[in-house]
Amino acid sequence: MEGAGERKRGVRLCCVCKKARASVKRPKTLDHICRECFYHAFESEIHQVIIRNSLFRPGERVAIGASGGKDSTVLAYVLSKLNRLHNYGLHLFLLSVDEGITGYRDDSLETVHRNQVQYGLPLKVVSYKDLYGWTMDQIVDVIGFKNNCTFCGVFRRQALDRGASLLKVDKLVTGHNADDIAETVLLNLLRGDVARLSRCTSITTGEDGPIPRCKPFNPNLDSFITYAYFKRLDYFSTECIYSPNAYRGFAREFIKDLERIRPRAILDIIKSGENFRISTTTKMPEQGTCERCGYISSQKWCKACVLLDGLNRGLPKLGIGRSRGSVGSENGNESKVEKSIQGKQCGTLDF
Amino acid sequence: MQLTLEFGGGLELLCDSKKIHNVNIEQQNGENKLTMKDLLSWVRTNLIKERPEMFMKGDTVRPGVLVLVNDCDWELSGQLETSLEEKDVVVFISTLHGG
Repeated sequence: MEGAGERKRGVRLCCVCKKARASVKRPKTLDHICRECFYHAFESEIHQVIIRNSLFRPGERVAIGASGGKDSTVLAYVLSKLNRLHNYGLHLFLLSVDEGITGYRDDSLETVHRNQVQYGLPLKVVSYKDLYGWTMDQIVDVIGFKNNCTFCGVFRRQALDRGASLLKVDKLVTGHNADDIAETVLLNLLRGDVARLSRCTSITTGEDGPIPRCKPFNPNLDSFITYAYFKRLDYFSTECIYSPNAYRGFAREFIKDLERIRPRAILDIIKSGENFRISTTTKMPEQGTCERCGYISSQKWCKACVLLDGLNRGLPKLGIGRSRGSVGSENGNESKVEKSIQGKQCGTLDF
Repeated sequence: MQLTLEFGGGLELLCDSKKIHNVNIEQQNGENKLTMKDLLSWVRTNLIKERPEMFMKGDTVRPGVLVLVNDCDWELSGQLETSLEEKDVVVFISTLHGG
């Protein structure tokens, strides 16, 4: 940082090309770089992640989970650019989920429709209404502002998979960046969810399932917003009208506070998430399939079916909270619920 | 001092849903000097209509708000101590909303 108030304007040059005026400070290296060098560094880091992890094979069909927000818009832009530049040979698609949130998703879907034209990528939209018979507006009418994000999160995850299989893609990529993954590490720690903790930092997950998911932005620390702003990308940035109570918001704010003190703290949190190893004697939930819809599930019914069943039976709180494994059986009596709580494996953690 | 201020990433909702504000700021004591610190307190008083905590924390912007002075990250120009000049463009974008 320069001396207080003594700044000579425009003197600082990019430490890569030594020609243009520096505009950006890269959080990872603290280098001061110009716009063009920033674009290049940003894009080549993503290319490196793709190559190093062999994320794609030529000819693959890849769906980009697109919400219209900054991260997925940057992902769609950068991935289609890299695909052309480096001849990945990928067939890219935009895949959006319409949760049915008036005043939020309808507006952001308009952004995705524009992105479809701007990037020349085919778009598929799947809706909660079609898949589950309920819109988020209707769900919130029933459940209120508590736990509503649980419904939305569970349904969205499955909706993306269903959309991906309708598109017959080989992979689904999402725009999760280092911030998101660090938040997830913290949330999984706070919830004591060891099964998710051990997989949330992976770049590719679900390789044993029908459609693997990749996060090519993991673990990119660069400012997506700076990239999107400088590139004048068309993205949507309004907070979901139903999310102010979401637990994740607190984790996000905490991460942003840490980032201000030391940007690499985000990478360190991800690193600690990776270093949590589950003791081999711990009983982990086994992945099976839902008896009702056939989706992957560690229980008799998948979470979406449990939640949906509760909604349809007028018991929307069913399936919320810790009584895992108890629902899905029609005779879900009290003792069974209790047993499943007691029987829940906490898991031992070691570094 | 004439400045152009731009709000994005949802911050525009705090100031009448208007993204771009062309403002004229009267300097105190007739001095021809304005820093980002002065500008932030001016914005908070004159432009932010609601939820100022979404914009500021303490005497600076809330973590997660990107600040660009003439398309340059203010971390390179001294953050609060950055001195502004006539016709400068200052951009504030929140990164706190979902991606």
